[in-house]
Amino acid sequence: MTLSDAARSSLDALRANALRSLLTMLGIVIGVAAVIAMMAVGGGAREQVNEQIRSLGANLIQIVPGNVTSGGVRLGAGQSSMLTDDDAVSIIRQVPSVQVAAPVVRGGVQIVAGASNWSTAAMGVTSGYFEAREWPVETGRDFSTDESTRGGQVALLGQTVARNLFGSDNPVGESIRVRNVPFEVIGVMDKKGQTVFGSDQDDVIFLPLMTARQRVIGTNRAKTRSVNQITVKVREGENLALAEAEIRSLLRQRHRLQEGAEDDFQVRNLAEISATREQSARTLAMLLAAVAGVSLVVGGIGIMNIMLVSVTERTREIGVRMAVGARPRDVLVQFLIEATTLAIIGGAVGVALGLGVAKAVADAAGWPLLIAPAVIVLAVVFSGLVGVASGLYPAIRASRLDPVEALRTG
Amino acid sequence: MMDGAGTALVAVKDITRSFRMGQETVQALAGVSLEIATGEFVAVMGPSGSGKSTFMNVIGCLDRPTSGVYRLAGEEVSRLSATALAGVRNRRIGFVFQQFNLLQRADALANVELPMVYAGIAGAERHRRARAALARVGLADRATHRPMELSGGQQQRVAIARALVNEPAMLLADEPTGALDSRTSLGIIALFRALNAQGMTVIIVTHEEEVARFADRVIRFRDGKVTTDGRQEPADVVAEQSRLQGVA
Repeated sequence: MTLSDAARSSLDALRANALRSLLTMLGIVIGVAAVIAMMAVGGGAREQVNEQIRSLGANLIQIVPGNVTSGGVRLGAGQSSMLTDDDAVSIIRQVPSVQVAAPVVRGGVQIVAGASNWSTAAMGVTSGYFEAREWPVETGRDFSTDESTRGGQVALLGQTVARNLFGSDNPVGESIRVRNVPFEVIGVMDKKGQTVFGSDQDDVIFLPLMTARQRVIGTNRAKTRSVNQITVKVREGENLALAEAEIRSLLRQRHRLQEGAEDDFQVRNLAEISATREQSARTLAMLLAAVAGVSLVVGGIGIMNIMLVSVTERTREIGVRMAVGARPRDVLVQFLIEATTLAIIGGAVGVALGLGVAKAVADAAGWPLLIAPAVIVLAVVFSGLVGVASGLYPAIRASRLDPVEALRTG
Repeated sequence: MMDGAGTALVAVKDITRSFRMGQETVQALAGVSLEIATGEFVAVMGPSGSGKSTFMNVIGCLDRPTSGVYRLAGEEVSRLSATALAGVRNRRIGFVFQQFNLLQRADALANVELPMVYAGIAGAERHRRARAALARVGLADRATHRPMELSGGQQQRVAIARALVNEPAMLLADEPTGALDSRTSLGIIALFRALNAQGMTVIIVTHEEEVARFADRVIRFRDGKVTTDGRQEPADVVAEQSRLQGVA
């Protein structure tokens, strides 16, 4: 008996019991569909995260004040500002792989423009910050050196702020008040989108560092040179980890930390954020594999069950086939192919269903639909293997039937 | 007729077949020796439990004797493996059953092709030979009908075409008319006689004297043994058919 004969005969048998075949497949269909859908959705989501990470800018390191133990009480991160403009200056001077080290102060502010007002985050920066973030000005101009260092009363708006205060009008040249301090809008930033964590990066107003610190955000007088973070951009092609280590030892030295004392700052790079993401993606993948495994096993048991029923029902047919010359091997192959066909069709239907669901989700969420063709092939092949595994026992039983007994049945 | 042991188509010597039924051992065949030559038309008779069905299963290579020797066309087949026996059935034996045993899903042509599927004959050749076999039993125009769409007599003819298609050494029919009315039965017996006239060996297992009348030789079983084995002048099936036609 050739394979094509066996395949044709198994399709006939499956068609003869179409509803039952369909219900039997359902386990495999749902399992494969779930995996394909989740993989496609997960792939799309991951791609979007990568896109967001890229939007933060490449080769970035962020330094923020760390935990400080004060009289035995550990204060939260950022509680005590231990970073200063001078730290930023010395980083750029003493770590050669650093391209930009931009000090940043941050605070929540209320902005009033004419009759409109808007609450947002104010960031006091130098123009180095925009270089580090690779964030250009869309309309208008950047801070001049003079404005940065002397403390000019000029502001750059994020797209969200501009839209909320001025609608579709061009805000450049308009006057606004930030915490009652008057500023002139000199430009609007390019659109940056959401962060990895879902916050709107365009909901921000940039002020010159000096002005922000002295007139708007108003940190502690004693620490007038303190900053909330330093954003460092490492030159293209330089080793990020090495730069990080150099910065760490430089800051420890500057902060006069003893050997063995904890850092009073934290150094983070975006590669770490990606790694965290990667880790959670791996966890998700393992969870998926578990779901897939369980549903395929359940589907396989369903197939085995129905094949056993089928062997019992068709005992007489098996007897007839044996009488006209089917060898035990022919009967074995026939039932094995039947189980495998069932599983492969189930797998293919599952792939189609899964892609449909993934497409619907991706369309709704505005993600790209990403699925490797290898995954589809793998899903179908794996379904086939489940078919072989679950068809084996019923097929062996069928092939070992005694022709005389089989012909006497039913 | 019953010439040397080497040339007999079926040659059994002292065959026994016993089954274990719980504690007891039932002896279905208790030492049977006989020969059947090529071209014979034999009726095997006996009440149920006489061993005639077991005898048929053994000479049909569906079953193996517990002891004794069975030679089919000179080849010792009593100790072959299940796989080897399948090959012997495929090449040398054509089975016809009381319940026709056609595959309901397949049309007449596909049913007739089945033995050739297991003989490994390719598609085109298979179609050609299956059509020829259907023509031989007078059903050339029913090739695409499924068993459900055929009468009992037509189904049995399809089954006979299936039995013939691998050009076996003998047709082995188990109560072939048991499920048919008497007129249709005569038609089937006439077909067997016609095939026998063309040289085919026919062995019919039956409990009906009505059927056995048409055989050249009748072998009777009782309690696992042959009681009588003799030749007779067969009744003329064609004449009986026309007489029945006249009555109707």
